[in-house]
Amino acid sequence: MSQSELTREVARRVFASEFNDSTYAFKESDDERAPNYALLPTGDRANRVFVVGTLTETEDVGDDSEYWRGRVVDPTGTFFVYAGQYQPEAASVLRDTEPPEYVSIVGKPRTYETDDGTVNVSLRPESIAVVDDETRDRWVVETAERTLDRIEAFEAWEAEQEAPESGSTAPTNEYAEMARERYDSPVVNYRNDVIQALESLETVAENDDLEATA
Amino acid sequence: MSDVRQHADDIHEQFSDHLDVDVEDVEERLTTLVDEYKVPMDEARRSVTNHYLEEAGLEREDISSGDSEAATIEEVDEPEEWIDLTAKVIELWDPRSDSVAQVGLLGDPTGTIKFTKWAKSELPALEEGGVYELRNVVTDEYQGRYSVKLNSTTVIEERDEDLEVGNDTSEIEGALVDMQSGSGLIKRCPEEDCTRVLQNGRCNEHGEGEGEFDLRIKAVVDDGIDAHEVIFDKDATEDLTGLSLEEAKDMAMDALDTTVVADEIRADIVGTYYRIEGPTFGRYVLADDVEELDGPADAEELLIKARSM
Repeated sequence: MSQSELTREVARRVFASEFNDSTYAFKESDDERAPNYALLPTGDRANRVFVVGTLTETEDVGDDSEYWRGRVVDPTGTFFVYAGQYQPEAASVLRDTEPPEYVSIVGKPRTYETDDGTVNVSLRPESIAVVDDETRDRWVVETAERTLDRIEAFEAWEAEQEAPESGSTAPTNEYAEMARERYDSPVVNYRNDVIQALESLETVAENDDLEATA
Repeated sequence: MSDVRQHADDIHEQFSDHLDVDVEDVEERLTTLVDEYKVPMDEARRSVTNHYLEEAGLEREDISSGDSEAATIEEVDEPEEWIDLTAKVIELWDPRSDSVAQVGLLGDPTGTIKFTKWAKSELPALEEGGVYELRNVVTDEYQGRYSVKLNSTTVIEERDEDLEVGNDTSEIEGALVDMQSGSGLIKRCPEEDCTRVLQNGRCNEHGEGEGEFDLRIKAVVDDGIDAHEVIFDKDATEDLTGLSLEEAKDMAMDALDTTVVADEIRADIVGTYYRIEGPTFGRYVLADDVEELDGPADAEELLIKARSM
């Protein structure tokens, strides 16, 4: 039983728009084997994520050996998924799946810097599975909920910063603090993405239509 | 009574079951250290205790540091407390080390807790399903989870009664994000009372053996806040996958490889949302009641909340 099993990293739920903005990566200790985290702009760390979306395109972009890139789209943007020889199972799913398909992916965020200095965030899959539309909808709702939770915690911390005289009873939020230092985009953007994502769901859209015509 | 005498009495009492030693002898050792060598009392006490531990061939945890108190499993919330429990042995697990005689799960009406019984304590064997009064066990904590350790001072008395075990039931709703090794079609040791899983055809305890096929899944179900480890036994695995043990054996036979079963199961379950209910065993949840979540999720309420933020 290894230590890593005992402290298995949670798979965060995060929409593509926020995931792709998570360009700052860090470790919590100097230990060589310490886990890598991506800093989510809504104020949390992610070593692993679980995402569900539409696989719209796959391409073998490798030179010598196979290196598959998949585009996975959610209501807010696109996840770029890369799987090569060290992710043989995920690579074979990308090779064998005919887009479009709904897929769920468990994977790790990876950052890389392009020649012009921009930092891109990609997803290195541990597993990819073809799923149905109901699983996709459930993920959108779940991810909306988790994202709102993070935003709420972020805003509670922010309010405390602005009104410190009210006493220091508010919880500290280490990652909100880190996010404000590292990122420019305000968290309200991600709230808007959540609204957009929820509105895109069919059940919600139907109800909205009913209300509009009532 | 002098201070030194009081400490000597305490130490003497701790060892009275193990050593034929006079209080005077203990006191003399303490006095020498404190008066002659100017050692602080707590250090002197520690040194003298260690001396007698060595003489008796005991470990520190084998001697009680005071009177143990009757407790329920629910009440265990501190490490290194000496308590008495009346509990039922719910399950015995495979000891991972030769220094452990038995390890498993105890239950009483308030909950369940892991127990470890050291081999060197030479205590009688506990039986699965048996109810025991366990006097003088010591609590321990590891990563926020409590356990009790049986030691050579523990008194085990079998009770001729059944005990209702309170269920520490967990309900988890989340995505099954990983299936761990040791899942699928496995072989268990056929020796009586041994259910160890064979590794490369070998049982840790009984060596090379034919083994009996069984089905199980060790999975991680993750709700985005915590990663829970869930075990599906044969019945739960059959229900979840629709694959029977017989079919799994046929599949493995055709492929001349048992891993095809795990591969098929993995492809079927990873990435799917489930609601799982079942008792908690240490860090595992045993899947009793499993439901695939494929109905529509309610987005309305969240949308209202998001718009009002």
